[in-house]
Amino acid sequence: MLPIKVKEKLQAQIRLSLIVFIVIVMTALSACSHIKPWVKPYERSNLADNVMKLDRDPVNSSYLHHVYQAREGARGAEGGAGGGCGCN
Amino acid sequence: MLKAVQVVVVVVTRLTLAVTFFISFLPSILMAAVLPEDRADVLLHSYDGGGMDIQAPAILIRKKVHKNVSITANHYLDRITSASVDVLARASVYSESRDENSLGLDFLNDKAMFNVGYTNSKENDFTANTFHVGVSQDFFGDLTNLSLGYSRGNDEIRKTGDSSFEEAATRQHYRFGVTQIVTKNTVMTAALETITDQGYLNNPYRAVRYSDEFAARGFGYIDENYPVTRTSTAIALDTIHYLPYRASAHIRFRVFSDSWGISSSDVKLTYVHAIKESWVLEVNYRFYTQEGADFYSDLFPFEESQNFYARDKELSAFEDHSVGIGVTYEHAFKAPSLINKASLNFFYTFIHFSYDDFRDVTAVQADGSFYAVGQEPLLEFDAGVARFFVSIWF
Repeated sequence: MLPIKVKEKLQAQIRLSLIVFIVIVMTALSACSHIKPWVKPYERSNLADNVMKLDRDPVNSSYLHHVYQAREGARGAEGGAGGGCGCN
Repeated sequence: MLKAVQVVVVVVTRLTLAVTFFISFLPSILMAAVLPEDRADVLLHSYDGGGMDIQAPAILIRKKVHKNVSITANHYLDRITSASVDVLARASVYSESRDENSLGLDFLNDKAMFNVGYTNSKENDFTANTFHVGVSQDFFGDLTNLSLGYSRGNDEIRKTGDSSFEEAATRQHYRFGVTQIVTKNTVMTAALETITDQGYLNNPYRAVRYSDEFAARGFGYIDENYPVTRTSTAIALDTIHYLPYRASAHIRFRVFSDSWGISSSDVKLTYVHAIKESWVLEVNYRFYTQEGADFYSDLFPFEESQNFYARDKELSAFEDHSVGIGVTYEHAFKAPSLINKASLNFFYTFIHFSYDDFRDVTAVQADGSFYAVGQEPLLEFDAGVARFFVSIWF
C-alpha cells in the first residue's frame, strides 16, 4: 500500500495531467473546425520587413555555416530555412 | 514498489504531455506560401586564421521559370593555402581548391512548397554528391509553417600521394522544422536535424601522437582510426522580435550531441538596425562550447592504446567566441527597369578559438627549444572572415 500522502500526490498529478490533456485537445479540435489566426494578414507588415528575415542573405549565411562546420564538431540545424511571414 | 509506481506515473505524465503538445500543434500545422524572390548574388569571401588562408568567389542565382516554379543555381569556389598546426607538425605548406556546384528546384502548390536539389563538391582528393528533397506547408491561417527534409550524400575519399587509397562514406540527413508567428512582432522557429554517417569518416591526413621514449621529441605519430558510423542530433530554437524603430533582435540557441560523445551548445545574438530606406547595420555575437569525442586524446600513452583514436582538434574540447558586423546599402529602382533593387554588402566576423585539450607541438620556448612532451601550450588562435557581395533583385 502506498502512503496516503504519496497517493494523494499521485492522484493530484494524474488529475492535473488529465485536465491539461482535455483542455489542450478540446482547444486543438475546436481549432480544427474553426481556425482564427490571432495575427491577421493586415497586421504582418512588421514581420515582412527585411530586418525580420531569419536569413537575409543565403549566399552569406551558407558560407559562414561552412566556416563553422569545418572547425566545430557540431553539425545540423544551422538555420536558414523558414522564417518570414509569407506575406510578400 | 513505491518507486516503481512513481516512475510509471512520471512516465505516463510525460507521455501525456508529449502527446498533448503534439496534438496541440496538429491544427496549427496548417501560412500563404510564396516562392522566394528572383535574385542574384556575387560574393567574394576570405578566411584568414590558424595558418589557413582561403579566398574565392561564390555566385547564387534564383529565378522563377513559371508562376509556381523557381530554380536556383549556385557556384562556389575555395582556394586554400594551409599552414595550420596540423600541417606544420608533420608536412609542409600546401595549396588546393574546392569547387562546389548545386542546382535546386522549388515547386509551389497552394500552401505547400516542394523542393529538390543536387550538389556536387570536388577537391583533388575528395568528391561529394548530395541529393535533397523537402516539403514545407503553411497552416493555421498562415501562422505556422512545418517543413520536412531528407538528403543523402555519397563521398569518395582519396589521398594525395597514394593512388591506391580510395574510400567511401554515405551521409543521410533528416530535418524537421516549425516556424510560428507568435505575435505581430515576433516569430519563433524550432529545428531538429539528425545525421547518420557510415563508411570512412577519418581525415586520411590526420594522425594521433603517442608517448614514445625512444623518439627524439618523446612522441611518435600513427594514423587516426575513427569508428565507421556516426549519428548526431542537433536542435535549434530561434526567436526574432521587431523593435518599433525598424530594428530587430534575434536570439538563437542550439544544442548538439552525437554517438562519438561530442556534445556542444551555442548561442547567437543578432541586432539589425535599418537607417532610413537605404542602410541596414548588423552586429552579432556568438558563443560555442564543445565537449570532446570519447576516443580523442592529445597524447595517447602508447601506440594503438585503444580501438579508436583521434587527435583532430575539431573533435577536442574547446570553445570559440565570434563577433560580427555587417553593413548593407540598398537601392530600389522606381522607374521600370530590368532590376528592381540592388544592394552592396560587407560583413566581417572575428573568431577566437581556444582549445582545452589540444597542444601546439610547433611552439618553441624562449631559448628556441621545444617544450617537453605534454607540456606544450594549449592552442589558441584568431580568425577573420570577410564577405563582400553584390545582390540584385529582378
